Amino acid sequence: MAAKRKTPVKSRNPDLIRGVGKYSRSKMYHKRGLWAIKAKHGGVFPRHAPQPKAPTAAEKPPKFYPADDVKKPLLNKRKPKLTKLRASITPGTVLILLAGRFMGKRVVFLKQLPSGLLLVTGPFKINGVPLRRVNQSYVIATSTKVDISGVNLDKFDDKYFAKEVEKKKKKGEGEFFEAEKEDKKKLPEDKKEDQKAVDASLIKSIEGVPDLKAYLAARFSLKSGMKPHELAF
Amino acid sequence: MPFKRYVEIGRVALVNYGKDYGKLVVIVDVVDQNRALVDAPDMVRGQMNFKRLTLTDITIDIPRVPKKKTLIEAMEKDDVKTKWENSSWGRKLIVQKRRASLNDFDRFKLMLAKIKRAGVVRQELAKLKKENSS
Repeated sequence: MAAKRKTPVKSRNPDLIRGVGKYSRSKMYHKRGLWAIKAKHGGVFPRHAPQPKAPTAAEKPPKFYPADDVKKPLLNKRKPKLTKLRASITPGTVLILLAGRFMGKRVVFLKQLPSGLLLVTGPFKINGVPLRRVNQSYVIATSTKVDISGVNLDKFDDKYFAKEVEKKKKKGEGEFFEAEKEDKKKLPEDKKEDQKAVDASLIKSIEGVPDLKAYLAARFSLKSGMKPHELAF
Repeated sequence: MPFKRYVEIGRVALVNYGKDYGKLVVIVDVVDQNRALVDAPDMVRGQMNFKRLTLTDITIDIPRVPKKKTLIEAMEKDDVKTKWENSSWGRKLIVQKRRASLNDFDRFKLMLAKIKRAGVVRQELAKLKKENSS
């Protein structure tokens, strides 16, 4: 930025009404003192010497011109913002999953990933929910919190959960039948180790609170007489 | 069946409708057939329809339309708060409020406690049955 003036610049051309200034172009030329600047520089307006342009490579004419003119879509440089996390969801909150394979399970919230999804763990030993991503909309946040300070979550992000890309094998005739054999992919050992590492300190803090372990092991369900809009979670 | 709780100056009533729902107020004056002037230590004195009030057994000794300070002193002297909280009606309301504010974890702990109590009761019953039958 240019050097700041001591007083902010006040417009020399006050508005008569919005869009119409009081002084004409020639009057403003005089007011701004452009005649004095020109006189100082010998009748010419001072210009910067043109910067030497980097030599551009010679462009070859394109080999192919499309038959019809195709409109290019407009450039969009907007980046999506991280999903706003509900105020009731803080690291260590116990969440109730509302949909999917683990519907009704009570899980511990770890952190929000850069994609906006919530990183969540059972812990696995307690209720069988592994390190998993979950959408905020499919979750009820309870007011129960677990102490999560002993856990290192730096290595978990969305790339950790990406599906493994299978290498395409050229299928011969005999291999058609053998490909059916491996239906279940085994979970790699390092993911199991990560799960154990995260759960170790969590389980310790969970066992410090009476009944919390059994609470996390049980599933949530609506019983007779429970009105969700009147329940406090 | 005569009436036992009368509208009088000093009658403590429970608000059962509106902005001050659940509060204990004192009837401080009667405006007309339907409305009373009503006051409480934490409320601006104002009129309320009798239909919004449920009379309680508690009365306090106050002159008509007392100053706030006098009202508070009279309520302290007659111990309205403790009388209310020890009455069965007051205790029921407190339990209702507590049940409504239960956490999901609290409800789980309550369920465990209920199961435990039922287990103990059933054991005693089985013991008594055995003694009786033998």
